[in-house]
Amino acid sequence: MDTAIKVENLSCGYDRRPVLEGLTFDLHQGEMLGVIGPNGSGKSTLIRALTRILPLSHGQIELYGRPLQLYTVREIARQIAVIPQLTPATFAFSSLELVMMGRTPHLKRFRKEGPEDREIALEAMRRTDCFLFRDRPIHELSGGERQRVIIARALAQQPSILLLDEPTSFLDLNHQVEVFDLLRHVCASDGLAVLCVSHDLNLSSEYCHRLLMLKDGRTYADGPPEDILTHGHIKAVFETDVTVIKSPYSGSPQIILKPGD
Amino acid sequence: MNRSIVLALTAAILFAACVLSMGVGAVYIPAGTVLQVLADNLWPGGVIETAHSATNTIVWEIRLPRTLLAVLVGAALASSGGVMQGFFQNPMADPYIMGISAGAALGATTAVALELEFWMFGLNAVSVLAFMCALAVTMAVYAFSRRGGRVASTTLLLTGIAIGAMATSFTSYMLVMGGENQRQMLFWLMGSLSARRWDHVWMLLPYAAVGLTIVLVYARELNVLLLGDEQASQLGVHVERVKLVLLAAAAGLAAAAVSVSGIIGFVGLLAPHMVRLIVGPDYRILTPMAALAGALLLVLADLVARTAMAPAELPIGILTTLLGAPFFLYLLHRQRRV
Repeated sequence: MDTAIKVENLSCGYDRRPVLEGLTFDLHQGEMLGVIGPNGSGKSTLIRALTRILPLSHGQIELYGRPLQLYTVREIARQIAVIPQLTPATFAFSSLELVMMGRTPHLKRFRKEGPEDREIALEAMRRTDCFLFRDRPIHELSGGERQRVIIARALAQQPSILLLDEPTSFLDLNHQVEVFDLLRHVCASDGLAVLCVSHDLNLSSEYCHRLLMLKDGRTYADGPPEDILTHGHIKAVFETDVTVIKSPYSGSPQIILKPGD
Repeated sequence: MNRSIVLALTAAILFAACVLSMGVGAVYIPAGTVLQVLADNLWPGGVIETAHSATNTIVWEIRLPRTLLAVLVGAALASSGGVMQGFFQNPMADPYIMGISAGAALGATTAVALELEFWMFGLNAVSVLAFMCALAVTMAVYAFSRRGGRVASTTLLLTGIAIGAMATSFTSYMLVMGGENQRQMLFWLMGSLSARRWDHVWMLLPYAAVGLTIVLVYARELNVLLLGDEQASQLGVHVERVKLVLLAAAAGLAAAAVSVSGIIGFVGLLAPHMVRLIVGPDYRILTPMAALAGALLLVLADLVARTAMAPAELPIGILTTLLGAPFFLYLLHRQRRV
């Protein structure tokens, strides 16, 4: 399998407080990797390091075999698209205008978007099923609709890697499933490498091929969901007793919480 | 409606307002004659019917430069204000937010207080000192806000307020100690286009042209910056570089405008908001439209300023604020109801 991202002994953080300390893992083309761990374990920091928003203090990130710091932000944005948490929309851009912003890394300074850029954007909107509300301002859309527009924007970037930062937090249950079904579908058909940061263990287990469990900024366990979501691991990382059962639909491990006495 | 049609229509209205402004005054000159004078001067090869006449002097030497200055100052302030609002993601941001007006005021009052008498590039000491102090204060604000190669918008905003307040207190001191110069200082502080000549136009023109070109070229990046620094960077925008370029252009526009016109309030705040309600948030149309709207507002305000109480002149800054503030309140009220 092709390696898309190779992270080696990565340490980084804010000011003098390290968040990630010696993290090592690979992300392969075509796989969906879930990054799980409690708050403060470095999940979101990892996304910021992978898009070079946060400088590294130690270690190395390689993107397709080349150190990340040798890329410009433009070159990175042509390879990696990020789908953020649902963010409040404070401006009245239309859905299509927002999706067209995904073309930014492909446009030269004095060149306007051409018809082909528009076609790429519209095609992305058809795939994520938001073509119908392409002219509606995004602040009028529901959370689920808005997140589909953001996924369309990411697809319009024509990336080979998707990074998802808690893509379904603040979404209703039906929209959570809808968004993850969609992501799984586009990743499989485009052969994208996907890294999904989430605090939702059951969704991660259901949709990801592999899970990376973080504790205190380093890898605690790395492997297929059935090896990672065990009573022992969860007790050690989340300090909670749970029962793990098999999903009656897919057989993936699912967590049942045990209430305190 | 098509964007180019909206732009062309607004430009046509602006042109009509300019012709009107050049016709009205102590001596009334019909629009046809105004156009004739313009044509004669712009194509001097033909038959010059109005040359050396009093009408020619009034239109070409007095009213045209003043009207052009109103256009340039209005366009510069409005486009600068629109950029600042996007940059700071704050609807209350205006072109003076980086301490530009405070710096310019300090420079101008200093020049008046010290009774400086020198000319540079055909400009008097007041304009030159106002421009230099505006830029100096802006650079101080920027340098103070910079931490580890990055500039946080909130820090910039607060630093601008703090350093601006310092400059303003110096200005107040000058005013109190101003004695017989006080009136001249006050007049400058309230903004005016009276007695401005071609020199002022030539001074402002390069800054306005370069500044406007930059903010238009970077309109797409400014749109993306509205999503926040992090998302903009993830979409391939070199955030720190683009911010520096946009900030320099917007600050340069405002500083150059204020140094020739004094402090004219509300145009830079109002024009972008008005335009945003009509054409939406996309800076590729918002910036040129804001520039045209600002120019239009200032041409009309100047027309009223010099005719309402003729032969006396009102400071134009008083007018723009007096007319601008209620209109702004109306827009806010209407927006909340929708």
